[in-house]
Amino acid sequence: MRFAVLSFPGSSCDVDMYHALLDIVGVGAEIVSHQDADLNNFDAVVIPTGASYGDYLRPGALAQSSKSIDSLKAFADSGKPVLGVGNGFQILVEAGILPGAFLRNKGLKFRSGNAKLAVQNTTSTFTSIYEQGQQITLPFAHEYGNYYVDADTATQLKEQNCIVFTYEDGNPDGSVEKIAGVLNEQGNVLGMMPLPERAVEEIIGGTDGLPLFRSILKNWSEKNDNHA
Amino acid sequence: MTKVNVYVTLRESVVDPQGIAAQEALQTLGFNEVESVRIGRLIELELAGTDSEIETRVKEMCDKLLVNKVIEDYSFEIGEVAGK
Repeated sequence: MRFAVLSFPGSSCDVDMYHALLDIVGVGAEIVSHQDADLNNFDAVVIPTGASYGDYLRPGALAQSSKSIDSLKAFADSGKPVLGVGNGFQILVEAGILPGAFLRNKGLKFRSGNAKLAVQNTTSTFTSIYEQGQQITLPFAHEYGNYYVDADTATQLKEQNCIVFTYEDGNPDGSVEKIAGVLNEQGNVLGMMPLPERAVEEIIGGTDGLPLFRSILKNWSEKNDNHA
Repeated sequence: MTKVNVYVTLRESVVDPQGIAAQEALQTLGFNEVESVRIGRLIELELAGTDSEIETRVKEMCDKLLVNKVIEDYSFEIGEVAGK
């Protein structure tokens, strides 16, 4: 299985993601420049965090001017897994691939630390190895993590079981419904503000992010075996 | 060359924590008559075209990039740029 780590100008955590995928999860991975927009040879796309385009205008907004967004939309439409973390989540939202928008954190400050999350949906490609309701701890670091959708959309997300992760020890950003991670309707695109690639080794403080990547791999492998 | 001021504001339904903090600060300074503060963004564009062309194009720019309509509203004014 081959992952593309889509890197935009200013993306600073592409190498962390690459390391997590290649060295820890043990899948094929390549850092792909946003200008080199051909994603056809990949089985999954990951958009790393790190203030693309300097977070100018709105975090994730200027990434829409890259031609890679068209390739990304086509890739997402094809049903293959797409994961956006941190700024990658903001890019997915600004591109309209996921619903909603981001506001500045409720306390108006950049915040970082470890967030306790509850896994709300274990039927997704990204979370099938976790247990329903399992509490996990993942690092986060953001100023615009306050995820917003209007009340109707929030109801819809709940009804469609699209809310994958919620914050459990308070709500560091002020996100609607304590949302920390949300799926698209088709279930193949996940955006999340906490950073699973920073929790894949004990040496960096925990491994609660590892089952997420392993779930993607497991589901891909099962699907591929079925086709064979 | 024509100047366009685009005003971007948070939608009424969206809580504006910056505005609330600024309002509290104003009240602390004795400006108790201030009942609400909403903080937005001014985007100044200079561009060529007739007014009607500019209106159409600026709307497109706002819809495509400058404004996130999930959380923001916008309005704009078209005027001359002095000396250009």
